Amino acid sequence: MSTAAHETSLGLDHRKVAIWAFLGSEFLFFGAFISSFLLYQNDVNEGPGVELFDIPFTSVSSFVLLMSSVTMVLAHSAHVRGDMRRMRLWVLATAFQGMVFIGGQVFEFTTFVKEGMAFTTSPFSSAFFALTGFHGAHVTVGILMLLSLAGLTKLDRVKPDQHIKTEMIGLYWHFVDIIWIIIFTVVYLIPAG
Amino acid sequence: MASSSVAPSGSVFRRPLATKGWGSWLTTVDHKKIGKMYGFTAFAFFLIGGLEAVFIRLQLAEADASVLSAEVYNQFFTMHGITMIFLVVMPMAAAFFNFLIPLQIGARDVAFPRLNAFSYWAFLFGGLFLYSSFIFGGAPNGGWFGYAPLSTSTSGLNMAYYGVGLQILGISSLAASVNFITTILNMRAPGLTMMRLPVFIWMSLVVNFLLLFAMPVIAVALFQLTFDKVFFTSFFQAATGGDPVLWQHLFWLFGHPEVYILILPAMGMVSEILPVFSRKPLFGYAAVVFAGAAIGFMGWGVWAHHMFAVGLGPVANSAFALSTMFIAVPTGIKIFNWVFTMWGGKIRFTTPMLFAIGFVAMFTIGGLSGVMHAIVPHDAQQTDTYFVVAHFHYVLFGGALFGIMGGMYFWWPKLFGKMLDERLGKIHFWLWFVGFNLAFGPMHIAGLLGQPRRTYVYGEELGSSVERWNQVSTLGSLIIVVSVVVFIWNAWKTYRSDEIAPHDPWDARTLEWLTPTPVPEHNFDVIPTVTHRDEFWHRKYAEDDAGRAVPVPAGASEDHAAEHGEHEEHIHMPDPSYWPLVLSAGLPFIGYGVIYKSIIWAVIGLVLLLTGVYGWQLEPVAEGDE
Ligand code: HEM
Ligand SMILES: [Cu+2]
Repeated sequence: MSTAAHETSLGLDHRKVAIWAFLGSEFLFFGAFISSFLLYQNDVNEGPGVELFDIPFTSVSSFVLLMSSVTMVLAHSAHVRGDMRRMRLWVLATAFQGMVFIGGQVFEFTTFVKEGMAFTTSPFSSAFFALTGFHGAHVTVGILMLLSLAGLTKLDRVKPDQHIKTEMIGLYWHFVDIIWIIIFTVVYLIPAG
Repeated sequence: MASSSVAPSGSVFRRPLATKGWGSWLTTVDHKKIGKMYGFTAFAFFLIGGLEAVFIRLQLAEADASVLSAEVYNQFFTMHGITMIFLVVMPMAAAFFNFLIPLQIGARDVAFPRLNAFSYWAFLFGGLFLYSSFIFGGAPNGGWFGYAPLSTSTSGLNMAYYGVGLQILGISSLAASVNFITTILNMRAPGLTMMRLPVFIWMSLVVNFLLLFAMPVIAVALFQLTFDKVFFTSFFQAATGGDPVLWQHLFWLFGHPEVYILILPAMGMVSEILPVFSRKPLFGYAAVVFAGAAIGFMGWGVWAHHMFAVGLGPVANSAFALSTMFIAVPTGIKIFNWVFTMWGGKIRFTTPMLFAIGFVAMFTIGGLSGVMHAIVPHDAQQTDTYFVVAHFHYVLFGGALFGIMGGMYFWWPKLFGKMLDERLGKIHFWLWFVGFNLAFGPMHIAGLLGQPRRTYVYGEELGSSVERWNQVSTLGSLIIVVSVVVFIWNAWKTYRSDEIAPHDPWDARTLEWLTPTPVPEHNFDVIPTVTHRDEFWHRKYAEDDAGRAVPVPAGASEDHAAEHGEHEEHIHMPDPSYWPLVLSAGLPFIGYGVIYKSIIWAVIGLVLLLTGVYGWQLEPVAEGDE
């Protein structure tokens, strides 16, 4: 509980109410992209379709992203305990796993383009790149936030008692993870199965 | 930037401190100032959008006139619609949200004052961005609904401006909605339970939830449209496998909730005005609140009534016809509650009251013709005719703008500390009312006679009576222009006068009237404790044995002023900041970068954006860590 919380009507810090509202909105954002993808799943024109997907490869990078939620939780609890050194370590570990995921995505995208599936090849490819690309952008923003957080604790601009900051970034990070599970299932697993 | 307000140390990380003068407007985080900025800006856009409307009407006064070319006509009606919806009615509502929400819930400010400033600047830049298209080769010309494939396949960047411009405005709305939802849920004065909230606050809450969930949907559609235009993807291009109907689904999934986003704030204002001037509490408070919330929910299930003409099939059409008729029920409940509020009341016909009554009457007409659209065979006849134009102007102008005008007259004394002139106000109202009905009433008839919408000439074949009705319409629109001039004159006269308004000129009911006029920066010296719905009224009146309201001498309206001013202890408010301005200034640059595929512009934009974000994070935090 942050210091201001007891003065609010809901007993929650403003920032927590705000981030929940924002994430609710983000669900609809990805929902609309996922619906568009489902609509265009089979509209591949002459280009390649889902057969390009390398499920084992993506499963590994998805797994890494999933695990990053664990380190994020550890980072938060370290911050709550006031162990800033350990907190920073877990934050950097989370960011690193995010970067691995993004690296995987970049690799995947370049492979797809080489194999003839570019952004404008077909409604399928556009919908695919738009959906996964926006997710990647969200992860990237998350990585930037994590790196900034780590830097700011080092500079002592984020203090041990400000664990709400870690908690908020954590909420965002978990959200991005959960959305990825949905995307991975809908985009990669269901068509393959 | 705001040099007068930068502290002498010269460090850019130093927060600006001035609360007066020009610099203060650029850096303010005070919700009351931001509210006024929203109001002024939206009014300026109203004049521009009105001017476009007048040109449209001049063109249509004759069957085959040539005041505007076809292309310019397309740009004008599109920009007129976009302007009125996104740059006038929505920001006007935001002006009232900003000014009123903290005051009515007994708070010192919104939850995130700097985010609030960001919302305003993003709105301003989004509007300027859209209008800059006139300079750079042509404004959006595919209708405010931007139907694909017309919007995506035409050459020219007109509709790219639409895609990016609305995106920026959407970011502004989304930020505002998060802010207001948090403020309302989390910053209510002690004792102000949800069922004691003023109706205006309830409607604001519903609207902001609608924004929260509608904006991401249109954001996705706009991204796809922009990709189609700039990178030649085929989201909406049938020739390469895309589906233009997807645009319509996404657009109206946003667009129908949007019409409630436009009307609910006005409903909230009217629900505050009618009781005050009927000297009665609102009839059926709970019903009005639940009806408002029900409209908010049901608004998501009716979008395809805008798409009967697409050919979704009889099952879908019937389902959406039914759901649409159901949504008329809560709307009807509200109308009855307003009428019963006035029933048997001691009515004072002040200017705000006239606008509120006008709202109820005109909105009812608009609602009824709306139910007619829900009947699918009916709609097949009316769609794309002037009947629809008549319908939505009765709702948006007869509804939203009448309500907003009533709100302006009602809250003007709190906003600016002066009373608008009642005599000029009544002249304004009657000209506005008559002009409005002359302008839009005949459109029903012209529409049923077959005059198509969105065409710059309708041709002699439709007959001379259609032309005659159009002339009446044009005359009506000119009368509206006169009424707006009267309003501006009134505002100017009030501005020049130095008569200060009393704290509670209307003998009102809600907390904002507890504050002194003009409202001090910290709103309340002591946060009020609430024990009743219509708290302020109960502080002024008690019931005698016969159940009549009698004034309580100690709490009588003028006395509370003494409560203020005595507490000289310093209440710390958040310091001004220029980062919201820097951050939002990045948005249009990124927008130009995307449209013109210019890396340089996009990079400038990103640098501004990131500078804003980091400056915001790093600036010395005011008390309480925002
Ligand atoms: C000054 C008074 C106004 C006049 C004379 C006026 C007139 C018109 C006319 C003649 C059209 C039809 C253009 C066409 O289809 O070719 C139109 C369209 C429209 N108007 Fe107004 N209007 C006024 C105020 C408003 C207000 C206050 C709103 C909304 C709050 C509004 C919203 C719209 C919209 C959404 C369209 C449709 C644009 C489109 O089809 O893309 N108008 N207006
Ligand atoms: Cu609708």
